[in-house]
Amino acid sequence: MTILDKKPDGPDPVGRTTVMRAPTGWAGTAMDQLQQLLAFASLIAIVLYFSWASPTFMTYYNITNILFSTVVIGLLALGTTFVIITSGIDLSIGTGMALCAVMSGVFVINLGLPVPLGVLLAILFGGLIGLVNGVNVAVLGLPPFIATLAMMLVAQGLALVISDSAPIYFTDAPSYRKISTGELLGVDFPNAVLVLILAVIVSAVILGWTVLGRYTYSIGSNEEATALSGINVRGWKIAIYTLAGLFTGLAGVMISARLGSAQPATGAGYELQAIAAVVIGGTSLAGGKGTISGTVIGALIISVLNNGLQLLSIPQEWQNVILGLVILVAVYADMFRKQRA
Amino acid sequence: MADLLLEVSGVSKGFPGVQALADMHLDLRRGEVLALVGENGAGKSTLMKLLSGIHSPDTGFFRFDGQPYFPRNPRHAQSSGISIIHQEFNLMPDLTVAQNLFIGREPRLGGVLLSERALNRTAAALVERLGLPLNVRALVGGLTVAQQQMVEIAKALSYDARVLIMDEPTAALNDAEVATLHDLIRRYVADGSGVIYISHRMDELKAISNRITVIRDGRYVDTLDTPATSVREVVSLMVGRTIDAEAKPVGVRHDRDVVLSVRGLSTKPLLREVSFDLHRGEILGFAGLMGAGRTEVARALVGADRKSAGVVVMNGRPVSIRTPADAARRRIGYLSEDRKHLGLLVDQTVEENIALPALGERFSTLGFVNGRAARAEAQQQVARLGVRTPSVRQTTRNLSGGNQQKVVIAKWLAKDCDVLIFDEPTRGIDVGAKEEIYALLNELAGQGKSIIMISSELPEVLRMSHRVVVMAGGRVSGVLGHDEATQESVMHLATARHPAPTPVVPLSKSVTPKVGSR
Repeated sequence: MTILDKKPDGPDPVGRTTVMRAPTGWAGTAMDQLQQLLAFASLIAIVLYFSWASPTFMTYYNITNILFSTVVIGLLALGTTFVIITSGIDLSIGTGMALCAVMSGVFVINLGLPVPLGVLLAILFGGLIGLVNGVNVAVLGLPPFIATLAMMLVAQGLALVISDSAPIYFTDAPSYRKISTGELLGVDFPNAVLVLILAVIVSAVILGWTVLGRYTYSIGSNEEATALSGINVRGWKIAIYTLAGLFTGLAGVMISARLGSAQPATGAGYELQAIAAVVIGGTSLAGGKGTISGTVIGALIISVLNNGLQLLSIPQEWQNVILGLVILVAVYADMFRKQRA
Repeated sequence: MADLLLEVSGVSKGFPGVQALADMHLDLRRGEVLALVGENGAGKSTLMKLLSGIHSPDTGFFRFDGQPYFPRNPRHAQSSGISIIHQEFNLMPDLTVAQNLFIGREPRLGGVLLSERALNRTAAALVERLGLPLNVRALVGGLTVAQQQMVEIAKALSYDARVLIMDEPTAALNDAEVATLHDLIRRYVADGSGVIYISHRMDELKAISNRITVIRDGRYVDTLDTPATSVREVVSLMVGRTIDAEAKPVGVRHDRDVVLSVRGLSTKPLLREVSFDLHRGEILGFAGLMGAGRTEVARALVGADRKSAGVVVMNGRPVSIRTPADAARRRIGYLSEDRKHLGLLVDQTVEENIALPALGERFSTLGFVNGRAARAEAQQQVARLGVRTPSVRQTTRNLSGGNQQKVVIAKWLAKDCDVLIFDEPTRGIDVGAKEEIYALLNELAGQGKSIIMISSELPEVLRMSHRVVVMAGGRVSGVLGHDEATQESVMHLATARHPAPTPVVPLSKSVTPKVGSR
């Protein structure tokens, strides 16, 4: 908060009042806040419904389950929020996550590196995936959809090739599971949730308070005008995709730590759930608009829905149908609100 | 009163927080061109929206052809015989001229299939009847701005409009194209139709209009007979004060250092061997017809477009500028002619726009945005330039054109550039704001900044430029000192070795336009 404590550079009557506002990256403008209020109200409504409909929903074991699944979707969604605000898209985060999980297994189990180093390398490997995406999009000028679709296939293939299509188990590194299930802050507070909370704070700070965050919005609202303002748009886009990749890497570590194994064949489908979370949270696919708080609520809605529908023994096929409808309603409500404003 | 075609009487319209129009009056006679002038925000666009049925008036009434007229929506207005041509065209660039003209009412075979042949035939007949030099099979996206405008006009007239309202029809046209347009307007009103012509270009109003109605702050001010009125009189009615129409360049000196030299600048599509020098504290005007390559010089210079050849020397040293970021690092700023698409982030606030170019170097510490410093700078610039905005947190979309332009300028002042390239700095903004921008340019030059000013308005070039670079067909056709530069000398160079920009087809045997031919 040191930036805020600086002495004012001049008469600044507006500044004094507006400093009290949350940064735009967290909650956004009043209109965004309304959308989030609606999304939040929907979340509460869903939770209430499931609590009523299923006796097991509000149990400790189940809440933990929901939180663990929110961690993975949430981390992916946080990273991809940045990309989507630039009016890009990242389809490679699901299989990229699986590849990073496998790489984590390779580093920690196959190469026997210390767990912290292996985890760090796995996260950086995610950054590398993002870097390649960024170069493809920003330097070679490929449409983000195509560039990351290709990366999605590449990552899926590499995960299987590197792992020889078999899961890598972390039984030889018992501390690895602690990354997710350990309770650093005391009982009933798994580390995975702590990691998610820290990631939320970090991404909100980046989006709301840093130059990178400001340029993310600028590029999304008008890329060419931003470039003509003398901003190195290519470089910043590469940075943004790389950042999304780092979140992918972290998600890969968290999911493998949770499962105690790196599953090379999983991952596909997570990208769509993450994108859905971002969109439900009010971030516009057209770019220029979006918030971290919205994404957090979106991720919670998705994981609560996934969990609750499963508890009610709704078949997987119907779960997908319901999720699809939720996305349609959420985006339609967002558009309706913007038209009236 | 039989010669009244359209009558606006006692019309008021308020929006939350703003009284856009109050007791407005306007009479359009048969066969006349009525100019409607007023500063931005005077209420012209509100009046247009009322006439086209987008909004309805709070009080007052319209009378069209002697009958009360209550437009319900734009389609109703159009079918009643009132067509509006907006400043921004509503055309589909990937469709042909004919497809655009008859969009939504295409001739059909058996009620189902489209008949491209019938469509082209009808369109060709329409275009020929209007005497427009258009190929109805051409894609609209490939036409010049002037030709696209003709398509808009043809579309409006195809609805048998009796009243045509044109908003800034010549904002993007060169002189020859303006003359073509005026000729079309004169023929159109000859049969008793009427035109309401909204423009900021005073010389044009003198050329085309019969009468001039001046409005200010949503109120009717006066209506003048054009022949008996001077430009100065109209302008002072508009702004409520007198303006010096005979201003001259200030601070011209010939002993200054060269800051920027461009040698042999070429681009693949257009530019050929463009060379010029820019001195410290100089305002260097760039004149030329539309398509001569002035904007392209600026874009290639700052690295927005690829150079195929050429050297840029700054302060004696050759520099490589491959992206606008390189240019910004060398303290060269480019203010695009296309404010809304290239100059501003219209969905972001005034403050965010002003802080953008210098965010990294002035308004951040270790990558964290210093919001307080950015806001202070934005407020200072807003005060200095007189940007009319309720706060720096206002979204720039909600500002008027002149104020948006000031925000673009403020962006680059916050960056503290040495070389500023202003591309059409006063396009589409009102006379009062223009004067403020001229004063600002002179002040900047006086502070030792070097300015390139690209402009399609000759009077503006002549009154501001210390020297004038004239371009034609992608080349520099001459450089004139301010004492040599006149309307005639500039136009002579602008049309040298350069074909007429818009081919003009003879209209009929009796009327052969001289415009556009050289």
